[in-house]
Amino acid sequence: MAERTITLEVFRYRPDSEQEPTFQSYTVPYREDWVVLDALNYLKDETDGSLSFRWSCRMGVCGSCGMMVNGTPRLSCSAFLKEYYPGPVRVEPLANFPVERDLIVGIDDFMNKLKSVKPWIVRDKEQPVSEGEYRQSPAQLATFKQYSMCINCMLCYAACPVYGLQPDFVGPAAIALAHRYNLDSRDQGQSLRKEVVFSHEAVWECTFVGECSVVCPKDVDPAGAIQQEKALGALDLVKSVLMPWGSR
Amino acid sequence: MKPYRRPISPLWWTKKTSYTLFVLRELTSVFIWAFLLFYLVQLSHLAQGTDEYLAFRDQRASFGWLLFHIVALIAAVYHTVTFFNVSPQAIVVRMGEEKVPPAFIVGPQYAAWLLTSVAIAWIVLR
Amino acid sequence: MARSKNEAFWWSLFAAGGGLAAMLVPVHIIVNGIGEPQGWVSPAGIRDLVAHPLAKLYLLALFSLPFFHCAHRIRHILYDFGLRGMPAPVAIVCYGAALLSTLWAVSVICSL
Ligand code: SF4
Ligand code: FES
Repeated sequence: MAERTITLEVFRYRPDSEQEPTFQSYTVPYREDWVVLDALNYLKDETDGSLSFRWSCRMGVCGSCGMMVNGTPRLSCSAFLKEYYPGPVRVEPLANFPVERDLIVGIDDFMNKLKSVKPWIVRDKEQPVSEGEYRQSPAQLATFKQYSMCINCMLCYAACPVYGLQPDFVGPAAIALAHRYNLDSRDQGQSLRKEVVFSHEAVWECTFVGECSVVCPKDVDPAGAIQQEKALGALDLVKSVLMPWGSR
Repeated sequence: MKPYRRPISPLWWTKKTSYTLFVLRELTSVFIWAFLLFYLVQLSHLAQGTDEYLAFRDQRASFGWLLFHIVALIAAVYHTVTFFNVSPQAIVVRMGEEKVPPAFIVGPQYAAWLLTSVAIAWIVLR
Repeated sequence: MARSKNEAFWWSLFAAGGGLAAMLVPVHIIVNGIGEPQGWVSPAGIRDLVAHPLAKLYLLALFSLPFFHCAHRIRHILYDFGLRGMPAPVAIVCYGAALLSTLWAVSVICSL
């Protein structure tokens, strides 16, 4: 029996030799248990060693293998070829990000945004180690656990038209992460974060398209986090009107 | 070496069904606004007296107006459904470690919608 | 970046108006938009009804908040359609139109 194959149309961009990206078609063996990343690795090993892309864990944990597969942001290590059979499968770098080479996008902007929301536990005053750890009940943990599952894969940014159109938008994962720390019973940093989170470039830029939550591989629901932060922003406004002395 | 920035077409929202549905959801506001303005015109005629009111009301019995209102109704219902259905993402109620299931957030809104609608219809049509 | 209280304010009106419109507008389109021109509503009855202070208050809410809801959505969809280069003029036109619509609604409601 002839071996079944599937065609991959891969986005190529080689800044050292070309101004504009092109698409290159490759034919790879079709295997039921292959994901798009397996096909790309096959190509790199057997056909074209110049093809560049990021990956590491191959099990949906590291968040480095995000790509557009037929126009939708996916982890290429979780996108099975059989979902796309008989093909062709169009593989592009994550939308809305600058392309550095082939399927590799620049992540500096995303990293800076993550950092801008102070994604760590902020305390007014650190408690000395001798007083023990900060204790937390299972119910307190449950309030933010979902938002701590993020693997920084940036699929949500690739799905967000607002980020595409307005690159200074702080964006889904960063706001979800801010929400995660704001909800943490051990954290006292909400008033620091709100200068970023309640700014024009953050929650108020969001129009609740909702696609970020649809594509998120970890069910973080960043869109929900943003709406909840909007409500907190409105509450913050009410408080600052009723109690101007209490609002920093 | 220069990173490549892919341009975004002004027609980005036609490229994916979910984006198109998003834009349609946002555009329901145009129909809601238009309906409310026409309703205001109707009330302003009512304020000028019964004859004025009846003259304007009969003008509005035409097929064109009926069509506009049917389209506006579809838009308004689409707004209602989309508004209610996403509310569990924005409103999170917790009982201990568990989240209250979305149906318990959405259900009461549909019930309230039905009740207020019936009540308003009853008050106006009685 | 700084906290924007203006945006919090407009969003609050958007959210309140959106909820109100979701609950109330469909039935008004059926009753007043479709039914009234077909003669479902008695002119004398509706005159008495809208003259009641509670009805006036109700109408004020029905018009004002949804106007701002709609203005907010239209503002953002205009940005998405390519007017991001001029955020302030778009916002002024949209919320300004909502404000004018509301003022007109107030004057009509007061004259009922
Ligand atoms: S929120 Fe979800 S889609 Fe966004 S970066 Fe985190 S895991 Fe990826
Ligand atoms: S390779 Fe790590 S998430 Fe896909």
